[in-house]
Amino acid sequence: MNVNQSVPPVPPFGQPQPVYPAYHQSSYGGQPGSTAPPTPYGAYNGPVPGYQQAPPQGVSRAPTSSGAPPASTAQAPCGQAAYGQFGQGDVQNGPSSTVQMQRLPGSQPFGSPLAPVVSQPAVLQPYGSPPTSAQVTTQLAGMQISGAVAPAPPSSGLSYGPPTSLASASGSFPNSGLYGSYPQGQAPPVGQAQGYLGVQTPQRSAPSQASSFTPPASGGPRMPSMTGPLLPGQGFGGPSVSQPNHVSSPPPQALPPGTQMTGPPGPPPPMHSPQQPGYQLQQNGSFGPARGPQPNYGSPYPGVPTFGSQPGPPQPLPPKRLDPDAIPSPIQVIEDDRNNRGTEPFVTGVRGQVPPLVTTNFLVKDQGNASPRYIRCTSYNIPCTSDMAKQAQVPLAAVIKPLARLPPEEASPYVVDHGESGPLRCNRCKAYMCPFMQFIEGGRRFQCCFCSCINDVPPQYFQHLDHTGKRVDAYDRPELSLGSYEFLATVDYCKNNKFPSPPAFIFMIDVSYNAIRTGLVRLLCEELKSLLDFLPREGGAEESAIRVGFVTYNKVLHFYNVKSSLAQPQMMVVSDVADMFVPLLDGFLVNVNESRAVITSLLDQIPEMFADTRETETVFAPVIQAGMEALKAAECAGKLFLFHTSLPIAEAPGKLKNRDDRKLINTDKEKTLFQPQTGAYQTLAKECVAQGCCVDLFLFPNQYVDVATLSVVPQLTGGSVYKYACFQVENDQERFLSDLRRDVQKVVGFDAVMRVRTSTGIRAVDFFGAFYMSNTTDVELAGLDGDKTVTVEFKHDDRLNEESGALLQCALLYTSCAGQRRLRIHNLALNCCTQLADLYRNCETDTLINYMAKFAYRGVLNSPVKAVRDTLITQCAQILACYRKNCASPSSAGQLILPECMKLLPVYLNCVLKSDVLQPGAEVTTDDRAYVRQLVTSMDVAETNVFFYPRLLPLTKSPIESTTEPPAVRASEERLSNGDIYLLENGLNLFLWVGASVQQGVVQSLFSVSSFSQIISGLSVLPVLDNPLSKKVRGLIDSLRAQRSRYMKLIVVKQEDKLEMLFKHFLVEDKSLSGGASYVDFLCHMHKEIRQLLS
Amino acid sequence: MATYLEFIQQNEERDGVRFSWNVWPSSRLEATRMVVPLACLLTPLKECPDLPPVQYEPVFCSRPTCKAVLNPLCQVDYRAKLWACNFCFQRNQFPPAYAGISEVNQPAELMPQFSTIEYMIQRGAQSPLIFLYVVDTCLEEDDLQALKESLQMSLSLLPPDALVGLITFGRMVQVHELSCEGISKSYVFRGTKDLTAKQIQDMLGLTKPAMPMQQARPAQPQEHPFVSSRFLQPIHKIDMNLTDLLGELQRDPWPVTQGKRPLRSTGVALSIAVGLLEGTFPNTGARIMLFTGGPPTQGPGMVVGDELKIPIRSWHDIEKDNARFMKKATKHYEMLANRTAVNGHCIDIYACALDQTGLLEMKCCANLTGGHMVMGDSFNTSLFKQTFQRIFSKDFNGDFRMAFGATLEVKTSRELKIAGAIGPCVSLNVKGPCVSENELGVGGTSQWKICGLDPTSTLGIYFEVVNQHNAPIPQGGRGAIQFVTQYQHSSTQRRIRVTTIARNWADAQSQLRHIEAAFDQEAAAVLMARLGVFRAESEEGPDVLRWLDRQLIRLCQKFGQYNKEDPTSFRLSDSFSLYPQFMFHLRRSPFLQVFNNSPDESSYYRHHFARQDLTQSLIMIQPILYSYSFQGPPEPVLLDSSSILADRILLMDTFFQIVIYLGETIAQWRKAGYQDMPEYENFKHLLQAPLDDAQEILQARFPMPRYINTEHGGSQARFLLSKVNPSQTHNNLYAWGQETGAPILTDDVSLQVFMDHLKKLAVSSAC
Repeated sequence: MNVNQSVPPVPPFGQPQPVYPAYHQSSYGGQPGSTAPPTPYGAYNGPVPGYQQAPPQGVSRAPTSSGAPPASTAQAPCGQAAYGQFGQGDVQNGPSSTVQMQRLPGSQPFGSPLAPVVSQPAVLQPYGSPPTSAQVTTQLAGMQISGAVAPAPPSSGLSYGPPTSLASASGSFPNSGLYGSYPQGQAPPVGQAQGYLGVQTPQRSAPSQASSFTPPASGGPRMPSMTGPLLPGQGFGGPSVSQPNHVSSPPPQALPPGTQMTGPPGPPPPMHSPQQPGYQLQQNGSFGPARGPQPNYGSPYPGVPTFGSQPGPPQPLPPKRLDPDAIPSPIQVIEDDRNNRGTEPFVTGVRGQVPPLVTTNFLVKDQGNASPRYIRCTSYNIPCTSDMAKQAQVPLAAVIKPLARLPPEEASPYVVDHGESGPLRCNRCKAYMCPFMQFIEGGRRFQCCFCSCINDVPPQYFQHLDHTGKRVDAYDRPELSLGSYEFLATVDYCKNNKFPSPPAFIFMIDVSYNAIRTGLVRLLCEELKSLLDFLPREGGAEESAIRVGFVTYNKVLHFYNVKSSLAQPQMMVVSDVADMFVPLLDGFLVNVNESRAVITSLLDQIPEMFADTRETETVFAPVIQAGMEALKAAECAGKLFLFHTSLPIAEAPGKLKNRDDRKLINTDKEKTLFQPQTGAYQTLAKECVAQGCCVDLFLFPNQYVDVATLSVVPQLTGGSVYKYACFQVENDQERFLSDLRRDVQKVVGFDAVMRVRTSTGIRAVDFFGAFYMSNTTDVELAGLDGDKTVTVEFKHDDRLNEESGALLQCALLYTSCAGQRRLRIHNLALNCCTQLADLYRNCETDTLINYMAKFAYRGVLNSPVKAVRDTLITQCAQILACYRKNCASPSSAGQLILPECMKLLPVYLNCVLKSDVLQPGAEVTTDDRAYVRQLVTSMDVAETNVFFYPRLLPLTKSPIESTTEPPAVRASEERLSNGDIYLLENGLNLFLWVGASVQQGVVQSLFSVSSFSQIISGLSVLPVLDNPLSKKVRGLIDSLRAQRSRYMKLIVVKQEDKLEMLFKHFLVEDKSLSGGASYVDFLCHMHKEIRQLLS
Repeated sequence: MATYLEFIQQNEERDGVRFSWNVWPSSRLEATRMVVPLACLLTPLKECPDLPPVQYEPVFCSRPTCKAVLNPLCQVDYRAKLWACNFCFQRNQFPPAYAGISEVNQPAELMPQFSTIEYMIQRGAQSPLIFLYVVDTCLEEDDLQALKESLQMSLSLLPPDALVGLITFGRMVQVHELSCEGISKSYVFRGTKDLTAKQIQDMLGLTKPAMPMQQARPAQPQEHPFVSSRFLQPIHKIDMNLTDLLGELQRDPWPVTQGKRPLRSTGVALSIAVGLLEGTFPNTGARIMLFTGGPPTQGPGMVVGDELKIPIRSWHDIEKDNARFMKKATKHYEMLANRTAVNGHCIDIYACALDQTGLLEMKCCANLTGGHMVMGDSFNTSLFKQTFQRIFSKDFNGDFRMAFGATLEVKTSRELKIAGAIGPCVSLNVKGPCVSENELGVGGTSQWKICGLDPTSTLGIYFEVVNQHNAPIPQGGRGAIQFVTQYQHSSTQRRIRVTTIARNWADAQSQLRHIEAAFDQEAAAVLMARLGVFRAESEEGPDVLRWLDRQLIRLCQKFGQYNKEDPTSFRLSDSFSLYPQFMFHLRRSPFLQVFNNSPDESSYYRHHFARQDLTQSLIMIQPILYSYSFQGPPEPVLLDSSSILADRILLMDTFFQIVIYLGETIAQWRKAGYQDMPEYENFKHLLQAPLDDAQEILQARFPMPRYINTEHGGSQARFLLSKVNPSQTHNNLYAWGQETGAPILTDDVSLQVFMDHLKKLAVSSAC
């Protein structure tokens, strides 16, 4: 399966679907089918059902976990599995995943030293003393819940009703049970499961007795889910089903699954099949069983709108808590979207069409609007008036990735050459010719679709119109028929009215003691030797036009003359760091092939020359300055690759001091931690931008380096920052080298200016991303690669017309890596509405979250973090309240009703809120926060999606021979079974979690050790073994890595190991140690907020 | 006065000293009336083959203010083992080592023939010589190539343990690190930014011992405790490296656009060179050798902007106060020169370009530190190549003809005081009882520092007689002067050379004839010329000429024999007879006339005039002209247009130029090819003779003169025509009616006119 998944990128679209059926069959087909593969499954089958039932009880988890061991081979996430099945294809997109990224960045996690210390205690709590953990959770839960309760005593209670689930949650104690179970024995999985059940029941009762919430809190929800998944491991359907009917699940037995569930022991197989249909339904109708419930959280319980029939069951249970399986599941949503939309190509011809989710693999056919790979909007239907927009509070934003890479099946934009006259533009607003321009007067003139100005068509561009008023040649010209295309720019579009020279790459390597000691320099130099053969080139060019230069530095800079005519490179030291300049011109920037011998010699010698260095101080600003000056002297744009290790404390401009102060957290001064220490870097960045000098920064800190300040220049020049805390060659080499290779090889546009034009009525008012703006409209990017995204916010400045809709045109003027000046144009037409419902029906939550996260992350620069969080919550509540008020069918106030398109908003928002930037844990360093903040700023929708909601993939639940990615499970501890192995990724981090009772055979075939205890915790490489499981897992890991723009270092985490704390950070549906709310709790809180707004 | 001539010559040979007066007027008043001051030309390191240095240290007078060195003029009490200082009359005990002293067992310094004696000091660490090349890379390709070759060649001439360093400059300044293997490494500085010595040392990493120490230690097990700098390395270690490095030197790579001069950071480069040595090797012998191919065009010390359309300053501009950068640049280089002098290093300037290179501004660097100044058209000429090679020539002992970090101390007996010195030196500002308040040249001190000197370096030292008229000196009294020169020999030893001389006092009223007879007109001419040139540096040209004229007239009035108001009766004694002629040529010389010379040329000529010995100086004042003919052996002839005859070959030596001039007939013969016909072999020999003689001069001279081979009517004949006395001009050509000689087209007065006028003024009672 893994393998297939990895493949996904290629055949993404088609595969999933076919696959699904297959799986379904097998899995559902009865566990029997599943049985087919390995006997174990079959065995489980039996238990499975039980588990399924278990889920409701919550106990299930425990059992699962325990039971897991056997199941381990099977895929862990049972309940989810069902979804997973559907989603397998989706998995690729990485629906889940997220929050954790932030943590990872935390140097500590990786740095084994810190992690252990911190984690240990933590670990103990969770595992060791179930009670304690429970307490913690309970407290949180209690608070939230109580809060929730208070407002809506009865009904709310109902809504939360899940309390029943809570009860089950309490059952969650099953956790405790789980833990207990681990130790006890993996042997009797099934039995355990049952046993747990038993346990659970008691618990339940207890919880229920207790006030609803306390117990339920976290525990409750998890339990059920877990159980579900685990059991299903074999029978996928089982668990999944339960989840879909979240509502139902709470009332375990009562619910539809209930039937099945109740049957726990018996009915397993049937369950699956029913569920599936159910889901489908959900997809169709907003309310379909599955979805339905989600939208109306409350609903599930109340059951009224959504569930229709299902609701019934929930109601009974209402008083307690929300059942985690009853609340909207990201996994489910992603899965559904994959199933529904992954098969057909997305054709962009229709205005205002909402594209498939980013997690879905689909093909795009450009028929006049830009592909969603280039532009995604928060809403594809814009309110006509600003009043409406204000009322809805839904931000109008577009996430634009102008140079996005396309899958091989899709053609890159056509290049149009209009000769010396250059691209045709509107005389008034300067918009470029696009499919929306209206030709009139027989084709002699055209009316600008943006500003309505009427322009003459130049003679050489004239063409007759057909009977529909379309130009006869419309389909021959990309600019008249496509959403995205490129123009060749004329000399008027070039700096100084001169065609640009090919860009240059300058490698600037820190050679201070730290860099040498860690072996970084040697490693880097070695790598560069071969990497230089892979500089980006354009089209079919034989060799790259890019020239390269080399600089090393500590507190002085060393430039190298690598002119091809020299026998040996020459080093030039510039120690006048206060007044940096470039000591040489000729021979600094060279063609790789011509100077290869000299460059190789240089790279050989650099590590030797500084091998004995004692210099520990470094400079930073002068290094960038030097690179920039070098480009200036060479009159070209380019990119600097900086490899830096330490806080620049040497006497020089841009000198920094250690100002790290954790005491500032949660104070009004916290924002200073995100602000640069000195304005010098902004000034420098400005100069860099003017020169088209993009800066990519690779950091290798051992301690605080003030990422907030150091990343200013990369950030403003469209560069990237990579950070490898406590870099050690053995451990981090692969990660660094992969990142480096990718970064060097990726196609970049230089010296770019982006302008977003809109039709009258709306206006681009705010921009987020890695760039610089010297005025309010032009986004200046010294460099722009295919990973960088700019988020643009729009505001009304007039009334929009429902008929003509709203148009966006994003024009990017840039220099290609071959030195060609080009304009890339993306056009997008949106609908306009007078009904709020239309707005809510055409939103994209992922994009919304992308915007909100960026908005919030910028907010922390100026406002206390608490205020930022509150703003987010308020805005979200307003959005949802507006929907409830204006669009939802009337229902009791106690009911939480969410718009179908936004039903994941709360869970995602919660992930944003508990991200390291907005709610840092104790082990998250200031640098990590700044780093993450900076990263998120230029992420695209897919990246933010998985970053905030990580993907958790069970490895041992699906048959080994299946070639697709296993279906993801929800990011919650409850979903983990201790007999399984899971992969978790969020785009930055990759964990392999090994349950304590994983089968020995599995351990052996994956790790080549005989028992769980012999697995080395923190391992970052899996041994290469020749067995199907090992191959599959490694294949899956590789494919996951291939999907992300940064290499994810693998960390093997053993259950109940100290490292597990780190891992748990990323289980974003759970309560976090730093105080982040669990999904359920947050949902309650949201509901409360909404209710307040409504009242 | 054959005896006096011999005496003078003998003294010069033995002591390297020539006095203007060899019998001294005994009172201040009389002395001032002598017009020419009591002064001497001292060649401190004159090569004396028969003067082996003694291996011990000198004995000093114990009086702290005196510290004179024991010398043959001291009275010695052999029994009491005491000696009396002849300057302060302090009685001193001999040191224990002299216990065996007696009338028959005298140490060398007491023997009269050792009036000049050289001591070798064994103490103290010996530091190797340092040569720091500062090379301009803004040169034409072939120029640079030639320079590189010269530099590479020079490496083989350096003493093997000498330390060498390399700084190159163009738009940037690069200090090359010579120690590292593999990659050649250099520190680069912006060419526009003036840096303090401290900054330079910081940036070169010289202030923190961390880096250099660790690199130097393993490689250098205590060979030289001094060698702490990566930039200066023993030649024997990095010979190959440096040769390669020089070979790989590229022209300054920065593009020079049309109509611009290359950006040349000479000022900063020198500043860094000075700073580097200052920080690493203060007070040891070091040469900074600046090779430049054009004017500094940026940064501190810039002389001209980079716009080609604005030419570099001319004398005209300077007179009009129109030289924008001159004052600032001069200040910059003066500051550098003074710092260098303080550290005991010297700066050589080798400037080769067709246009000016800013020698005017930079001259002080060489002048104050005793460095060489060489000016040529291109590095690719034998003039430069051989001159440069000659710097590393060796004496008969196999030692380099160069010495470093010298201090010259002058002690006088109490009737005399020191007025000043003119030469390649700076004042050490040591006041003392024997320092006069009246300054001539660099005064106000009894000690000078001469950072670089060679065996021909000659200083003019001026004295003042302070004995009052009413305190006559007894008959037979002698005045004494002691010159103590401490220096670092090229073998890196410290040495002290002591010259003690004495001259008789004479009463100017009763014994004027004696004084007159002991007048050394050659020395006097040179000493006066130095005064004149010294003044010319700071005063307007015409003022200096007027001053010289007045001095000459006064001298004639004082020592001429004439009847009042009767010019025809004017006679000068033999010892004065040539003096007016010297003055005539001096007035026409490029040292005082800037017409037709660029400021750089003037600076160059004056530089050499102020440091050459008497003979060379005289040649500079009045070039020598030899005539070759069939009539007999070559003979010196008058430097006069009448000497230019058709059947003669002339060889003129102006010090800076050697001109061979073929008379009209000779030129025609040669053109006809007679020299190739066996029957005219004598003609061939005649043609060859001056060439051989010229070659001889070329071999000996430093700097190598410009060698000009021309003939009647040749454009280069101007060099000859401009020097000879224009006795025949277009004005008087027919009046003279002689068939010999060649008329000169000039309005300059001829010697005859000059002399006539001089006589008239001298005999006139009006002035």
